[in-house]
Amino acid sequence: MIEINDLHKSYPGTVAPAVRGLSLTVDKGELLVLVGPSGCGKTTTLNMLNRLIEPSSGGIRIDGRDIRDDDPILLRRRIGYVFQDAGLFPHMTVAENIGVTPRLLGWNGDDIAARVETLLTLVKLPDLGSRLPRALSGGQRQRIALARALAARPSIMLLDEPFGALDPLTRDEIADDYAKLHDDLGLTTVMVTHDMTEALLLADRIAVMRDGVLVQTGAPRELIGSPTDAFVARMIETPRRRAQRLAAALEEPEA
Amino acid sequence: MSASIREALAVLPDYLGQHVLLSVAAILCGTAISLPLAVAAARRPALRGPLLGFASVLQTIPALALLALFYPVLLGLSLVTRQLFGVGVPALGWLPALLALTLYSMLPVLRNTATALAESDPAVLMAARGVGMTPRQSLLMVELPLAAPMIMAGIRTAAVWVVGTATLSTPVGQTSLGNYIFTGLQTENWIYVLFGCVSAALLALLLDMLLALAASGLARRRPARTFVAAAALAAIVILSLLPLFATPRHAIVVGAKNFTEQYILADLIAGRLEKAGLATTQKTDLGSTVALRALAANAIDVYVDYSGTLWADAMHRSDLPGRKAMLAQLGNWLRQRYGIVMPGALGFENAYVFAMRADRARALHIQSLSDLAIHAAALKIGGDFEIFSRPEWRSVVKAYGLSFAVQRQYQPDFLYRAAANGDVDVISAFSSDGRIARYGLKILSDPKGALPPYDAVLLLGPHHAAQLRKLLEPLVGDISLRRMQQANLMVDQGQKTPRQAALWLADRN
Repeated sequence: MIEINDLHKSYPGTVAPAVRGLSLTVDKGELLVLVGPSGCGKTTTLNMLNRLIEPSSGGIRIDGRDIRDDDPILLRRRIGYVFQDAGLFPHMTVAENIGVTPRLLGWNGDDIAARVETLLTLVKLPDLGSRLPRALSGGQRQRIALARALAARPSIMLLDEPFGALDPLTRDEIADDYAKLHDDLGLTTVMVTHDMTEALLLADRIAVMRDGVLVQTGAPRELIGSPTDAFVARMIETPRRRAQRLAAALEEPEA
Repeated sequence: MSASIREALAVLPDYLGQHVLLSVAAILCGTAISLPLAVAAARRPALRGPLLGFASVLQTIPALALLALFYPVLLGLSLVTRQLFGVGVPALGWLPALLALTLYSMLPVLRNTATALAESDPAVLMAARGVGMTPRQSLLMVELPLAAPMIMAGIRTAAVWVVGTATLSTPVGQTSLGNYIFTGLQTENWIYVLFGCVSAALLALLLDMLLALAASGLARRRPARTFVAAAALAAIVILSLLPLFATPRHAIVVGAKNFTEQYILADLIAGRLEKAGLATTQKTDLGSTVALRALAANAIDVYVDYSGTLWADAMHRSDLPGRKAMLAQLGNWLRQRYGIVMPGALGFENAYVFAMRADRARALHIQSLSDLAIHAAALKIGGDFEIFSRPEWRSVVKAYGLSFAVQRQYQPDFLYRAAANGDVDVISAFSSDGRIARYGLKILSDPKGALPPYDAVLLLGPHHAAQLRKLLEPLVGDISLRRMQQANLMVDQGQKTPRQAALWLADRN
């Protein structure tokens, strides 16, 4: 369980804080999607969860323990993180990339190799272990990034717009696969996206942010049913209208 | 095959080996210093500007000057360490050359490494933190490996620079491929000059290629390629070490300054010693003041210098007590100050003199500088580039009241020809130069003793003085000015190599 309490973050030299008074709880096993327009503070919030960014004030507890009491390096090794553009190390093979956190944790070579094999199978890319990242497609890279984040068996996963740069077909495929992994492995996931459709399709619960403030949280159905304000309504509007038009389009041939 | 090429090939293992060892050591030291500095600078941008600025400034100092500057620095340091620990550091040869080349090699490695690290992809750095790396792990596992191609490019640039610049370590007493070039330029032996240039260039290319091979092996994960390159580099270093073991440890080192006569005399001395069963090596092309220091420090064991030079430059005396008194005082001073033994003068002088065409001198009844003074106002004088600003000139002008109609300066080779052609009437010359005889010039005597004597004197370093004295004493008083002139002329005209001229001198002995 992740408990965020009155979180603030301002960067030196900027007027408006990036995150203002954000409080939020993510339950164990939940897939929470942080959604909002560019610059709303969602990535900053995500990065504060594994102390890639230190908050200006406020607290974060993971399983009841204040993360400031932990060594940030050890904290990050316990939490899986998938970067926007995969963030694979270009000079390491796929296998080395996946095995990097176990290696940092001092696992022995055989255990790492076995874990890498398991994960390659899990993300449906066996036999790619000896390739370099530049020899992979965008979708393959993102799957490897997922495998790398999962390597040290974390219980918490942080995903920063993981599917944003992919073509729609690949995106849906990987998103579905991830949702299944999330359930199968019993993960707690916080994912950032600006794509409300993706949020609606994947999330157990959605947290909408705007200008550093949390505007509304709720299950997809709640958000669609009762948006708290005009901003959330507008965010919901586009996917809903598209869904209706799509439904209409699908019905037409029978008409 | 000509004698020049044979002689050049004979010393190639020694010159090339020393050149390789010096260059490789300098590149290794330079890289070992630059890498941590560049890492520190990449982390602290405030440090980067000054550091790169410093390295750039070093690069703008002419390499020859940088090498020469370490001589006084190390000399001072040597005084300090001698007082503190009783042991001096060598101010000549290997150490100053290594230090200067190390500094010289730093800029490309520093700049490439610092730039590559500063331009690391922020997304990759973020990923390194995200997977749980410490800053140190990020540096070692991600940043440096990614910067490796740029760093290797820097090392390759440094290697090419150092191999080229190492040729300039010859004048500070470090044997290198530069010995070919300096000797060749002095004796107008273009085969030697070319030999030095081409071998240095080939060595630079070879090192560059091997480093490129190693770099591509690392970048493309071809261990075989990296291994081949590393093995070849190691083989080069090991081969370079071989001549060091081949030279007997207690070889006598014969020194020489950087002109023809010195090369011949060094070969003459070495020949005598070898005939007596001693092993010898030579250190040629030493700077004028460098040679005496090297002898005092036992870096060389024997060489020939000139009384007037030592009198003025080492003893800082400007009075002229007369030839015999000068030699006696010089000998005492050298023994007391440095423990250097001076068995005596070889029998000829290499002095600043004034000369004119013999027929013209006869016609004007000029024998001496006093006679010259009578006609000077109507005569033209030619000199080398420095004579008119030297104390010898002031002293002569004062003693004889000389004043010429025209005063011109020439490059040495043209100077003698100008006198022979009649472009000028009188020239400044070096008394042992073979061209005096060749062009039919007459040396004017100096009855008032205004010109200091420049007797060639044999000097022996403290270590082997007693042993060498016995073997070399027969040379004292044995080389006449005429024979030295002839020997010099043979080499300057390209008929003989210095070694052949030395054999000719020895034969007639």
